[in-house]
Amino acid sequence: MGEFKVHRVRFFDYMPSGIRCMAFNQRTERLALARLDGTVEIFNFSDRYFQEKVIPGNDARSVEAICWVANRLFTTGLNGEITEYDLENLCPKYSVDAFGGPIWTVACNALGTHLAVGCEDGSVKLFEVLPEKIRFEKNLDRQKGRILSLSWHPSGTRIVAGSLDVINIFDVQSGHMMQRMLVDRGTVNSRTRECVVWSVFFLSDFTIISGDSSGKVQIWDSHTGTLNKAHLVSKWDVLALSLSQDESSLLAGTSEGTVVQFQFLSPTLGASEKEWVRTRTFKHHTHDVRAVAEIGTAVVSGGVDTQLVVRPLLDKVDVKSYDTGLRKIQFPHRPLVSCAAKAGLLLFQFPVQLELWRLGEGEGPGRPGHSLIVTRKPEKLLQLKRKGEDHICCSAISPCGSWVVYSTVSSIRLHRLQYDGSNISIAKVPRLPKVLRSAHQLCFSADSSRLFVASSRSTVHVIALSQSECKYLHTFKSCSGSTEPMHLLVASADGRWLAAANRACEVHVYNVRSRKPHCIVPLYGSCPTAMAIHPSTNNLLMVHADQLIFEYSIEEKQYTDWSRRVQKEGLHRLWLERDTPVTGVTFNPSNASQFLLHDTYMFCIVDQRLPLPDQKAQLYNQLTLKSLSEQDRKSYSHAFKFCKKYQPLLCVSVLEDQSVVVVERPLLDIATQLPAPVRQKKFAT
Amino acid sequence: MEAPAEIRVVRCGGSRITFRKAVFTLDSKFLLCPSGDAIKVFSSSTEECVHVLQGHANLVTGIVLNPSNHLQVYSCSLDGTVKLWDFTDGILIKTYVVGPSIFSIHVSKKHDGVVFLVVPMASNKSQEVYQLVALHLPRSPGQEVEAKEMSAVICDISPLPRAISFGREGEYIASAKGVQLSVYFFRKQKEYRFSLKATDKKGAKNSFPCVSCHPEDDCIATGHADGKIRLWRNFNQKKEYTYSTEQWHHSAVAALTFSPQGTKLLSGGTESVLVQWHYGAVTKKDFLPRLGSAIEHISVSPDGALYCTSHRDNKVIVIQSSLKVSAIIQGLVTGDDVQTELLIDPRTKALVLNGKPGHLQFYSLHRDKQLYNLDIVQQEYIHESGLRQYGVMQAAFDSDGAWLATVEERAEEDGGVDVSLKLWAFSDAAHSFQLNTTIYMPHEGHICSMCFRDGGETTTLVTTGRDGHFKAWVLAEDTDTQGTADCKPLSRQRWYCLWQTPSDPPPVPFVPTPGISSHWSCEFVGDYHLLTPSACCFSADGSLLAVSFREVVTVWRPGTWELLATFSQPPGDIRDLCFGRLGCSKFLLGTTTEGVLCCWNLLTCSVEWSTALDVILLQSDPLSDNMAAFSAAAGSTDLFVFKPSEPRPLYSQKAVSSGVVRRAVFAPHQEALQSCEESAQWLNRSRLYFLSDNMDLMTFSIKSEEDRILASSKQLVVDDSVALTPFCLLLGKHRQAQRNEQDPLCEQVAARTQLPQRSTAVRELLHTPAHVLPPASHLCTMFVNSLLVSKPGVRGAQESEEEDMESEKEEEMGESEEEMESRDAAGRPAIQNEAADGTASLSKGQERELRQIRKADFSWVSAALDC
Repeated sequence: MGEFKVHRVRFFDYMPSGIRCMAFNQRTERLALARLDGTVEIFNFSDRYFQEKVIPGNDARSVEAICWVANRLFTTGLNGEITEYDLENLCPKYSVDAFGGPIWTVACNALGTHLAVGCEDGSVKLFEVLPEKIRFEKNLDRQKGRILSLSWHPSGTRIVAGSLDVINIFDVQSGHMMQRMLVDRGTVNSRTRECVVWSVFFLSDFTIISGDSSGKVQIWDSHTGTLNKAHLVSKWDVLALSLSQDESSLLAGTSEGTVVQFQFLSPTLGASEKEWVRTRTFKHHTHDVRAVAEIGTAVVSGGVDTQLVVRPLLDKVDVKSYDTGLRKIQFPHRPLVSCAAKAGLLLFQFPVQLELWRLGEGEGPGRPGHSLIVTRKPEKLLQLKRKGEDHICCSAISPCGSWVVYSTVSSIRLHRLQYDGSNISIAKVPRLPKVLRSAHQLCFSADSSRLFVASSRSTVHVIALSQSECKYLHTFKSCSGSTEPMHLLVASADGRWLAAANRACEVHVYNVRSRKPHCIVPLYGSCPTAMAIHPSTNNLLMVHADQLIFEYSIEEKQYTDWSRRVQKEGLHRLWLERDTPVTGVTFNPSNASQFLLHDTYMFCIVDQRLPLPDQKAQLYNQLTLKSLSEQDRKSYSHAFKFCKKYQPLLCVSVLEDQSVVVVERPLLDIATQLPAPVRQKKFAT
Repeated sequence: MEAPAEIRVVRCGGSRITFRKAVFTLDSKFLLCPSGDAIKVFSSSTEECVHVLQGHANLVTGIVLNPSNHLQVYSCSLDGTVKLWDFTDGILIKTYVVGPSIFSIHVSKKHDGVVFLVVPMASNKSQEVYQLVALHLPRSPGQEVEAKEMSAVICDISPLPRAISFGREGEYIASAKGVQLSVYFFRKQKEYRFSLKATDKKGAKNSFPCVSCHPEDDCIATGHADGKIRLWRNFNQKKEYTYSTEQWHHSAVAALTFSPQGTKLLSGGTESVLVQWHYGAVTKKDFLPRLGSAIEHISVSPDGALYCTSHRDNKVIVIQSSLKVSAIIQGLVTGDDVQTELLIDPRTKALVLNGKPGHLQFYSLHRDKQLYNLDIVQQEYIHESGLRQYGVMQAAFDSDGAWLATVEERAEEDGGVDVSLKLWAFSDAAHSFQLNTTIYMPHEGHICSMCFRDGGETTTLVTTGRDGHFKAWVLAEDTDTQGTADCKPLSRQRWYCLWQTPSDPPPVPFVPTPGISSHWSCEFVGDYHLLTPSACCFSADGSLLAVSFREVVTVWRPGTWELLATFSQPPGDIRDLCFGRLGCSKFLLGTTTEGVLCCWNLLTCSVEWSTALDVILLQSDPLSDNMAAFSAAAGSTDLFVFKPSEPRPLYSQKAVSSGVVRRAVFAPHQEALQSCEESAQWLNRSRLYFLSDNMDLMTFSIKSEEDRILASSKQLVVDDSVALTPFCLLLGKHRQAQRNEQDPLCEQVAARTQLPQRSTAVRELLHTPAHVLPPASHLCTMFVNSLLVSKPGVRGAQESEEEDMESEKEEEMGESEEEMESRDAAGRPAIQNEAADGTASLSKGQERELRQIRKADFSWVSAALDC
């Protein structure tokens, strides 16, 4: 396996933002999720919950509600605008002002022809959804009090709107209010505070279900406007509701961090009469659950504690598989750290700034498992604030450490860095070529003479960098015609090859010298999550979201023998069921047959010369190997060597001096920065 | 000598009444509890035991009301029979012989003529696998019926009755075992099994021992080992079942039941708190805390008005649905271990032993009822495992019950022990024992044994301690300063004598003779070659004290405390010492650890006889010269009853009880028996009780005595649903007397306005089924008589005559018809008088009348059968 000097980095104060709302698209199995800082993320639930796309936020934009209309994504926010997103260029397409003050909620009818938004001024506005745009159609009768929740009846003729202390039902045709239902304020001490109807649902049998700030889930009859049943779920607010597709299950997320499930069951078996019965309670959050989604086989919830939890409903699955495990998605599935291997610098990417750190140095007799004495402390060299209101979507530092580049949805900025050990100076490169407007991914060549920019419509621009100028050389166009954004970009060490992967799971290989597309790696159904080109053999190593590993020889344009062997023998079951996707691949410079993979909870070294573990072998066998004698060790060892000492991991990379940098972000540090949760009386306190 | 068949070992009272769930009758007036081999019928309002249904030959393992007749009850037992009883009259109606041991019984209204039993699977008896079978009860007229028509319903289930419950209208039956719930639908004949993971990541223990079905909705509640309660729904399919989880209990849910209306769910466990959940709004719950001991079963009356919880300390509590305790039925508390000897309180003749932690209980063997608890430790008991608490280790009474000595111990963390000796005086004013003296650390270390001097002019207590000394304690009738001064020179050890009130002289109630304060102090400290004393014993007249030191027995003269003699019988240390009584008082018996029973003659100071017998317990009968010796042999205990003066044992029985008998006592009979059998004569004066290995109180009974009891119980026929307690009788008489004193004029007015149909005789006549009534000609006179209005003028004479009749009741039973008819006229007005006052009880005269009718009835039926 080999020994490494490890730089254990814990000074990356990455702080994920809380989850505000989410919407699940049943047809495409995509979950759209909006965070409190305005970032919109799209997860592909059919591909191992992989975080497929990230649309960076903007200071001026906040998201309060999110809604799918077929494959189009709309959000509304407190700036009073309805925004549609361009999911190929990962940026807002257009915004329409509804002229009703902040918009708290948005809902789409079953046919996908109209959007209804609820505004601060108490109006419900209808917009017609047209191809490429939306058009204001009409206002429904305006009421007093802001509209916080909306739901269409599946027939599209009625709309129910939750407001303060009241739930209103509107007729869509006439725009008049048909029914008005007063909501109880709850217990005595909260009687002075108005009851906020946070969420409301209109069922096809004209039942209305509401969740409110006094902790009740209430079931109403919309014909008579009467309350059928009230379930007291929480001492605090019920913030979110979610209804399953077949209207047989309802989820309620509360301020206590619990998600309560209700099911539409008949109290006596076989009878047709049914009622809503509270069944399960899930507690996976420490803070408010702001968003829940029932996706048929699982409960998805997210809230202020920033993690997305996917809790499968075990009664809906037949066999135990990857999908039956509990998933907690805490960190983004893309690298936020770039490392200048030659200079020993780390670049941390935050939404609004970049931080450049110099690694420390340690000295002393190194023994395995022991820490060295730190002789030079790590040092923050630079903090670079982004310009404008857009958040940074990607960044990179050149291996020599003299170039720093970042991109927002509107601009790319390249900086030249001069660092002589004590003084640092930074200069923005003034005139960038015109083609560089925005980037999905940025990458430097190994000798730092080229900058590769993945841009819109799956194109890659090549920029030549030198001391004096910055020159546009060439644009590689997508040879397959795909317009999906590129999310991975790697260059070979000899500067000949460039590999780029896009969200359509395609991996293109370009010849940089001849400026021609070289080949497309055979298409595989799962998205690549990490890849790298071997420095000596120029083999392209790819790891996909379903944890499969491929090695592709660029020169021979075919999979290598090792890759074929992996496919034939199959990987270990435990490896295939790992929780988080592999987000980094690097090679061991001292041993050409070894490469390093890492996900959030481990990094592992794979030795291509050793046999693969068979299904019966122990996958995590480091401890047993340690206790065995030298001879036995050979027979028990296999290709995978795991290290779980450092977690959660955000980055693992190898420096030029053969030392390894691991960047950790302890969960406890995140938890301490969260706001205080609601006060709860625990058992025996 | 083999034991004659007519002496048997039987369970006598004091059995656990909480072994299985108690059952309410339909009108909630009675509570049926299985108790050992019998079933006890308690009145749920007065706590009195109304009937004991006896007939099973082994432990009763379950009772259920007959769903088709609410006045009958089914019971099942380990003896393999199901019996049907009429509990109002205490009559055994039918016995169904099933065969294998039955562990629980379940019925449902929907399944008429079928009872569901849990029996061991026939195939593998060794592995203790149980199955639920449906038993079709044959409709044959006989008393004892073979019932063999069984069909298996669910296999591999838990034998406990709380793990099985019938669902809505008997459509399905739910059973829990381990982490698996099985639901069997009778109509579809299909079984569904749902299981949880044994443990999950958070360390939850998911096994659920108890299950209860909602009576109206299809919802099954299960109580889990980690305190969770799950409500299962939608269980008629394999996949889409669902459950919700609630938690209040911190340790296992031991009992769980729905109310018959389904509005409440009751649960309980070791917390001794009854939790009432509201079905439909599970976040709302009510609590009844401080029930004293862990809840083991909960049952609810059919109307839902009363709950009943059975507790681990053999207690049944009746609770109103407003969560107010209305009655407590306390049985004999036998925990895991009884530390004290079994004692007989000389005053009440009650059995005294450890009860609740830190208490002594006084249990009346005759009435099979706990009299009271005496708090010895006087500290709050805290339910927590591993906590070191004081326990009562020993107790002793003096001969007339005026003094009680108790020893309490607490193990210290450093391996030492904290001992205090308490002396209690019986106070006539308080009618209870009151603390007189507390002696902290009377010996360095444990106290091995303790006994009072029976005869003699002063009361003396002798204790032997692990520190190599024995001490004599006497009641010093002087002030405290003098007492300690007197004691000091005698005591060679550090010892403390604490008054109940440290500064003041002891208060007056403790003092037998008023005006003089008295307390206990040490009179003498003795030792013998610094050996550790073990047993000590006073002779019957109190003139000799025998103390054993290892293998040496020393005999001392109390008072002067001089050493009279020493006996030695090596090898083996002396385990138990006992002086002979009455005619054999010249003998001293001792048992050794090496298995020798030895008898010394005190006059000749020599061994009279000795025998190789490993006696673990030696008891002498205080009323005769008999001795009982229990000896352990190969996993069971043998009993020998003998006279020290005679070479042949009076009685011996092998394998009296499986396991080791640790405690036994002779309790005097209320009245002496007259048994002529030679082998049973030793039971004439007193009865021998012992505690078996699994803490059952057992005794010996003679056949003739049993027959007598059986005969007397058959005579008793309760003719009213109200429990007839002695108190009730007393009160009733008092009220009657009061009524008679009232103004006769207004009574007459009441009597006149009284309608004849209120008369009990007429009611009896109308309510009796027509086919058992005698011909109308027989009834005519009585009916007409009952309609007559009495003359007010002859009241006084009638009353006196009535009183006469009461006293003569027994003789009248056998008297001729004519005589009874002649008295009818006298009895009748009294009836109407009573009826006028609104009471419903029968007068003596009418009772007689009815009896007469019954007699006539019999003859008439037989005559009809003849022709």
